[in-house]
Amino acid sequence: MRISIAHSTVYRYEPPANGAVQVLRLTPRNHDSQYVARWRIDVSPDAQLAMREDAFGNITHVFSAARPLPEIRVDVDGEVETQDGNGVVRGTAERFPQSLFLRDTDLTRADAAIRALAEEIGTANGCIPLDSLHALMRRLHDEIAYDTALTNTPMSAAEAFALKRGVCRDLTHAFIAVARCLGIPARYVAGYLQLADGITEQEAGHAWAEAFVPDLGWVGFDPANAICQTDAYVRVAVGLDSLGAAPVRGARYGISAESLEVAIKVGQ
Amino acid sequence: MFDEMQGSEQSRQVVRPAYAALWDWLGETKPDVLDFRRREAELLFRRIGITFAVYGDAEAHERLIPFDIIPRILSASEWDVLHRGLVQRIKAINAFVNDIYHRREILKAGVLPEDLIFQNPVFRPEMNGQKVPHDVYVHVAGIDVVRTDAETFYVLEDNARTPSGVSYMLENREIMLRLFPELFSRYRVAPVEHYPDELLQTLKSVAPSAASSDPTVVLLTPGLHNSAYYEHSFLADKLGIELVEGRDLVVKDEVVHMRTTEGLKRVDVIYRRIDDDFLDPLVFRPDSALGVPGLMSAYQADNVTLANAVGTGIADDKAIYSYMPQILKFYLGEDPILKNVPTWRCRESDHLTYVLEHIGELVTKEVHGSGGYGMLIGPAADRATIAAFCAKLKSNPKDFIAQPTLALSTCPTCVEDGIAPRHVDLRPFVLAGRDRIHVVPGGLTRVAMPKGSLVVNSSQGGGTKDTWVLDR
Repeated sequence: MRISIAHSTVYRYEPPANGAVQVLRLTPRNHDSQYVARWRIDVSPDAQLAMREDAFGNITHVFSAARPLPEIRVDVDGEVETQDGNGVVRGTAERFPQSLFLRDTDLTRADAAIRALAEEIGTANGCIPLDSLHALMRRLHDEIAYDTALTNTPMSAAEAFALKRGVCRDLTHAFIAVARCLGIPARYVAGYLQLADGITEQEAGHAWAEAFVPDLGWVGFDPANAICQTDAYVRVAVGLDSLGAAPVRGARYGISAESLEVAIKVGQ
Repeated sequence: MFDEMQGSEQSRQVVRPAYAALWDWLGETKPDVLDFRRREAELLFRRIGITFAVYGDAEAHERLIPFDIIPRILSASEWDVLHRGLVQRIKAINAFVNDIYHRREILKAGVLPEDLIFQNPVFRPEMNGQKVPHDVYVHVAGIDVVRTDAETFYVLEDNARTPSGVSYMLENREIMLRLFPELFSRYRVAPVEHYPDELLQTLKSVAPSAASSDPTVVLLTPGLHNSAYYEHSFLADKLGIELVEGRDLVVKDEVVHMRTTEGLKRVDVIYRRIDDDFLDPLVFRPDSALGVPGLMSAYQADNVTLANAVGTGIADDKAIYSYMPQILKFYLGEDPILKNVPTWRCRESDHLTYVLEHIGELVTKEVHGSGGYGMLIGPAADRATIAAFCAKLKSNPKDFIAQPTLALSTCPTCVEDGIAPRHVDLRPFVLAGRDRIHVVPGGLTRVAMPKGSLVVNSSQGGGTKDTWVLDR
């Protein structure tokens, strides 16, 4: 599938900020079922964009400015060729052994409820990883209501699981937390999803999880949609949690109010 | 019990040679003179304002650490062993940290279990593959050493993050020189006053390749409310470098600058006394207001050196500690000169069983605790305390280690009713630069003031002493 993506992010500062630094994880890499045909990243005001790779192999760009800024605009525009890998993701940039992805973070730390769910799912599925993960994906999809009102409310996996509401980020965190309890390495993926209903305008990027299944490798699970990764997914960055894979992490100097506007278009 | 002045209990008649002149001097000096000097020392410390904020103590947020005027004395040959042992240790630690964040040979060789690294909160995945200037990660280490007899020194802890206490080493010496010139005239004591110069040289020697021949070094402090703020300002002053907080630094085009009255000035080396977690909100804790946004990107671009490097906590983790002899062997092919305290890792079930059965004889510590917090000294604890601690231990065994209670050496110390032996440890400060490892002869001797106490931590009422290393 050929997927075109346009993603613009505008930060407005009132009064203008005295400067800003941003780390962008907005550039996908190739893997066996993903080929980046065209990709462009533009930032205004015009500034040097240093491209590097982070510790997880994600491509990063760092933007910095030390002058008054009324706004920062980040525009991403590109086209990616994808293939359906039956959920399995091969040929990715791997910088760690899988076992690193059993590591806890503040956002994915299990609590008693999450541990109980892990135990229940593990027992019901005879501790077979692939079966457990499918069951987990369905379970979270059914149990946690999708609620976009929570987009800007940072929550941990445990909080989202207790609240039973959240966005794709929260479902993904919960998925990761339970998988790790089951001893299955799991990680957060930030990217884009082309919707099946033909709607191209989206308010936010997408997020899902990858879990490491013996004999298969990394498999993409999308608990928000209860399906495994298909050719409708464009994988941009991975991390231990949403912070590690965040498309933008930034800070500004000076005291000003920030407003954010995101426009995403994903379509053929 | 080994006393550093009077030796073991069997040989109490003979004063050990290094202490002979001190013994004579103590005999000649009247108690009221000693007492007068003691009060004078306290007055001097108050005037300097050297205090230590104690966490969890609402009454007295800052208080004076007791200073004992009787020096602790190490002979040249004793220091020689310590020195060689410390240099060996720091070499291995730097090789280990470098390996952990690059090739991970030690894991491939099966010397350490992988999860002890990857699941360890002090391991920093963000440092993976990050090159640091001259492969030096730990530039300043404070290695805690205890002694159990004339020949035996143990390393108790490797402090490889942001060890503090060196200001006490320097202040203690200054005050002793002022108060007891006649005692110094009886000894040839190796100087420690050049520590700030050595530290500055060390820091400059690891500047990034892009820096000028006279690199700009700053000391980054979390600020006034940090327990070691006094030391931060003291050291910045002694080194003649700027003391900065996160908000004084700004990153532009992957270069760190300091805001000055004349505009921005490039910074090459940051002697940071802020924990990893707070260094850069764009990489670590996003809520940190103490750090510098973008700092890690400048670090990655090799435009700035952080001392110590990020992620060095993996080398002083208490669970890793138990593997130090194997770590030394693996990287240096040598046996450790300084002993490691035998350590039970409660993450291993047979070790846990042993620890639970012998908890009354052991010192059990939380792996990530420090400053004497989260620690149980079995022989000194009552039943209720032990029971409560065991419950904690059982609920999360992998967070604990246990060690035998060591009979720490004692040193003569001024107490209420005269001079009496009190238990001590020693924190020498090891500096590792581009091609030189330096240990200033001496360190911080901490002394447990209550009779019989083994807890020397200043947060738990420990005091300090000047540490004399004798020149040959």
